[in-house]
Amino acid sequence: MSKLEARDVNLFFGAHQALKNISLQMEKHTVTALIGPSGCGKSTFLRLFNRMNDLHNDMRLSGTILVDNKNIYQRSADVDALRKKVGMVFQKPNPFPKSIFENVAYGLRINGVRNKNYIEERVTRSLQQASLWDDVKDNLNRPALQLSYGQQQRLCIARALAVEPSVLLMDEPTSALDPASASTIEELIYELKIKYTIVVVTHNMQQAARVSDRTAFFYLGELVEYDETKIIFTHPTHQRTQNYVTGRFG
Amino acid sequence: MSHIDIETGRLRETLKELMMLTTQQIRKSQDVVFNFDKELAREVIFYEKHINSLELKIDRDCENILALLNPVAVDLRFILATLKINPSLERIADNAESMVRYVLEMKEPYDSELMRQIKLREMFDIALSMLSDVYTAFTTEDTRIARNVLLKDDLLDEINMVAAHTAEAFIKKNSALTYQSLFVLSNVRKLERVGDQNKNIAEEIIFYLEARVLKHSKPGGI
Repeated sequence: MSKLEARDVNLFFGAHQALKNISLQMEKHTVTALIGPSGCGKSTFLRLFNRMNDLHNDMRLSGTILVDNKNIYQRSADVDALRKKVGMVFQKPNPFPKSIFENVAYGLRINGVRNKNYIEERVTRSLQQASLWDDVKDNLNRPALQLSYGQQQRLCIARALAVEPSVLLMDEPTSALDPASASTIEELIYELKIKYTIVVVTHNMQQAARVSDRTAFFYLGELVEYDETKIIFTHPTHQRTQNYVTGRFG
Repeated sequence: MSHIDIETGRLRETLKELMMLTTQQIRKSQDVVFNFDKELAREVIFYEKHINSLELKIDRDCENILALLNPVAVDLRFILATLKINPSLERIADNAESMVRYVLEMKEPYDSELMRQIKLREMFDIALSMLSDVYTAFTTEDTRIARNVLLKDDLLDEINMVAAHTAEAFIKKNSALTYQSLFVLSNVRKLERVGDQNKNIAEEIIFYLEARVLKHSKPGGI
């Protein structure tokens, strides 16, 4: 059984068709990279898995999106529970103007957790998982906005991990970071896949090659090719994929 | 034209130059062997240095492209293939040099009947035809021509297989020519290796163009 699956998905924003007949499956504990030129639909596709596109009033969807084999767009679907299960990290770090501790604890508190010991334990564990604990353990009450950009992104990852999701969606998580911070996040992705299923949108071909097990190439709303990353970057089947990964268009 | 196109284009031209020079070395070594031309032998040895420096340049260029341009897909396969074609060409040229050095050691030309019986001229012709094919296959990106090279290697292997028996029979009848018979037999072995190197080059061209690995595959798999 796949962890995440799209079946015959077509997505419209008003008259514009953003995704065309997409079908693909993502297995548990794998990293999938979504690549393609700007506007190809990769971020839109990513956002289907935690229903972020619902924020657009003119969105229309046909086909099925499954998480753990459950259709997350059926009427009875619990969107809050879905977003707890499917965490998201954005391009730019977006910590709340609160302390480091409160940033990580935020998700737990809004989910009704009151047990102080449990919250402390989850905050510590999440910061450790996000490779931030050693940097901040001496002063968890420090304002999150005082952290460096790279640390803020790791804090956002810790915040997403605190509510114990099983899927992490990452939309260009390192594009705003310096190379050293980006490298830390890449190592983190590699470590986190032991526990999580991760989907990463990236414009960085080398990053896709380094961190992912499988890669999906999108172009003009279509899924051109989806295969093992090592195949996509050594002998892709489609000429358009080859042209894109070799930097000849896009 | 993208940056990587420019760099791989330059590398392609250098590799073509090495292919042409290597072919010339084998062609000249054939003339040296058949015409006992010691002057030409010295020219072959002189050009060997140039070939060695080209080999080093190609290695350096490949390293730079790998480090600086992160090639993937067809570009990566081209670089990987070049890294293997490069030493194969250099070894072919080494064989040409070895064959002309034998001539420099000789006091008189090889016996023409011995060379006829051993089929040395056929071997040179097949080796040169293989070199011509790999050059054409590489420049025109035609894997059908590369596949022909694999078949031609079998012809060289067949001649090589019987060469020792032929030389033995010749030596029994012409014991005074034992010394040069051993040199001719060494030439046969060198040309057999030239065939193997050409085959390796053809396999790398197919890998680069089709992403298919033919190494160690059975004859039907080509």
